[in-house]
Amino acid sequence: MDLLEYQGKQFFATFGIPVSDGRAVTTVEDAVAAANAVGYPVVVKAQVHAGGRGKAGGVKLATDEAEVREHAGNILGLDIKGHITRILWIENASDIAEEYYASFTLDRSAKKHLGMLSKEGGVEIEQVAVDNPDAIAKIWIDPVDGLSADVCREWVKAANLNADVTEDAVELLCKLYTAYVEGDADLAEINPLIVKTNGRVHALDAKVTLDDNAEFRHEWDEYATTQVRDAREEAAHAKGLQYVGLEGSVGIIANGAGLAMSTLDVVNQAGGEAANFLDIGGGANAEVMAGALQVINDDPSVKSIFINIFGGITRGEEVAKGIIGALEMVVIAAPIVIRLDGTNAEEGRALLAPHLSERLQSKPTMLEAAATAVALAKKN
Amino acid sequence: MSIFVDENTKVIYQGLTGSQGRFYGLRNRDYGTNVVGGTNPKKAGEDVDGIPIFANVAEAVAATGANASCIFIPAPGVRAAIMDAAEGGVEFIVCITEGVPAHDEAWFYNELKREFPNVRLLGPNCPGIISPGKCNIGITAGEIAKPGGPVGIVSRSGTLTYQALYELKLQDIGVTTCVGIGGDPVPGTSFIDCLAAFEADPDTKAVMMIGEIGGSAEEEAAEFIKNNMSKPVVSYVAGVTAPPGKKMGHAGAIVSGGKGTAAAKMEALADAGVRVGKNPTEAGELMVEVVREHGWA
Repeated sequence: MDLLEYQGKQFFATFGIPVSDGRAVTTVEDAVAAANAVGYPVVVKAQVHAGGRGKAGGVKLATDEAEVREHAGNILGLDIKGHITRILWIENASDIAEEYYASFTLDRSAKKHLGMLSKEGGVEIEQVAVDNPDAIAKIWIDPVDGLSADVCREWVKAANLNADVTEDAVELLCKLYTAYVEGDADLAEINPLIVKTNGRVHALDAKVTLDDNAEFRHEWDEYATTQVRDAREEAAHAKGLQYVGLEGSVGIIANGAGLAMSTLDVVNQAGGEAANFLDIGGGANAEVMAGALQVINDDPSVKSIFINIFGGITRGEEVAKGIIGALEMVVIAAPIVIRLDGTNAEEGRALLAPHLSERLQSKPTMLEAAATAVALAKKN
Repeated sequence: MSIFVDENTKVIYQGLTGSQGRFYGLRNRDYGTNVVGGTNPKKAGEDVDGIPIFANVAEAVAATGANASCIFIPAPGVRAAIMDAAEGGVEFIVCITEGVPAHDEAWFYNELKREFPNVRLLGPNCPGIISPGKCNIGITAGEIAKPGGPVGIVSRSGTLTYQALYELKLQDIGVTTCVGIGGDPVPGTSFIDCLAAFEADPDTKAVMMIGEIGGSAEEEAAEFIKNNMSKPVVSYVAGVTAPPGKKMGHAGAIVSGGKGTAAAKMEALADAGVRVGKNPTEAGELMVEVVREHGWA
């Protein structure tokens, strides 16, 4: 789950990381009230799940009430890379002396946490990594050990930050590590991490991704309300289905994430494009299948449906009964191609046989089924 | 032979009293796995269909001589369950549970390496392991695998693993061991661990490796294959068409920042001399070719 900047800052603040005083608002009047409360000058910042907000005109400095009114009015409703701005963050502007970069994330290869620190902040760290890799000080942290102040100090020195801010930086980075671990973040990034003209380090931005798997031990309901999902994904998640919306015209239903991904691949190899990724999990009973078909059916871009099921512990005849049962519950607009394989596939196909028609075809292999589904999608 | 588990493996099921644990634990026993006990601190002294329940793994090991455990505990309890198993004295831990927080995984991976270097963890979020005809721990349908050899299978994906087992069975090709390492960011057992074990196993003549998008495990495996493996490897990588930034079901399956693409993984594998199929069927056919060329089946 990706947090908006203001949520990331509030998340940081709960761990004692210094952030600017600010307010999240949704109207021009509230923006003005927020600016008056935090003190001028203020920065008016669009809160959307997209980068490049500054370039898009979504970040503006305001020195008085009239400017806040003007900028807030312009930015609310602004389209930034397809994301409409509905929330603004109004914060007290900082006097910046230096701009650094700091982040923690998991290094999957090393199986340790990776901290990155650079005195070249305020720009894309990927670009720094290409242009001047030596400017990034990396540290690998064993999760069992955690990050001690002494180790952190060595890291700060390795990054060649201004020596005057070493202790302040160590304190902030240790807090950032704590926020990353105890907050169950996949990513905790500050860019820029600034030194203010008064010599204090401060998080001027916040990019935080939380691990959805850890939601059971946190209160994240508030963050969930600002997540961006398309309507199809929303409907699928409500049914407990693993669904990702895509651009094509072949609706996909498969059991297992790997098989679902593979189904997308074979549809592509057959010259078509999938409308979605949908994993219904190991079992494939009528109710789950009906729910999946409903979600696919509600997607107007779907011109044919490819159901790709491998029977393991859920046997072929149970899968077939599930599909037949689901078709009694939902009226499907697009033609369906079924590939049923695995345990008791023969029995399953025999059960399906009397129901087959132009609208409901069964193919013995994944490749044949993909080719048929793609042909149907093109015809429709 | 087989790798990691065989007919001498004795397994404790942590969570045997739950619905999933009971269902798969009893299925595994029916397959022929030595299911010697279960754990549940609140139900010690009871039994599940004749299988004794102990308070913890240490007590179960003391009473039964178990050397492996299989975890069906819900995600919030996984970290404690894995440490219970390691401290209890089993050498092999299979964690089926999905949805375990990444920070927990990173923590117990390193804690095990340091405090229990002889313990092997498989998973979390994996289908388990099967040495056909000998031992099946986890959720794989045993009947889709033909016992024997000469092929070993290692996979990040559950259903694609079943698909591979099944395609080989249809061709009358046997499998020594099939290991599902799972789709999470920090798997306890890696591709390389399995490839090294298959390389050392005299009955495994060739290896099928099934990868997916995300991370760099396939690239690392390719490097290992190039430098350390004499046995032929056939591979398939799922997710060629997956868009960047979208998690495709598995927590680890995401292309981010242009890294972890299927194309890069397939190229790395091909460079290492691996025969790479562009879909599971083609990979199956390639493996059949390898086996037939060498007269192994």
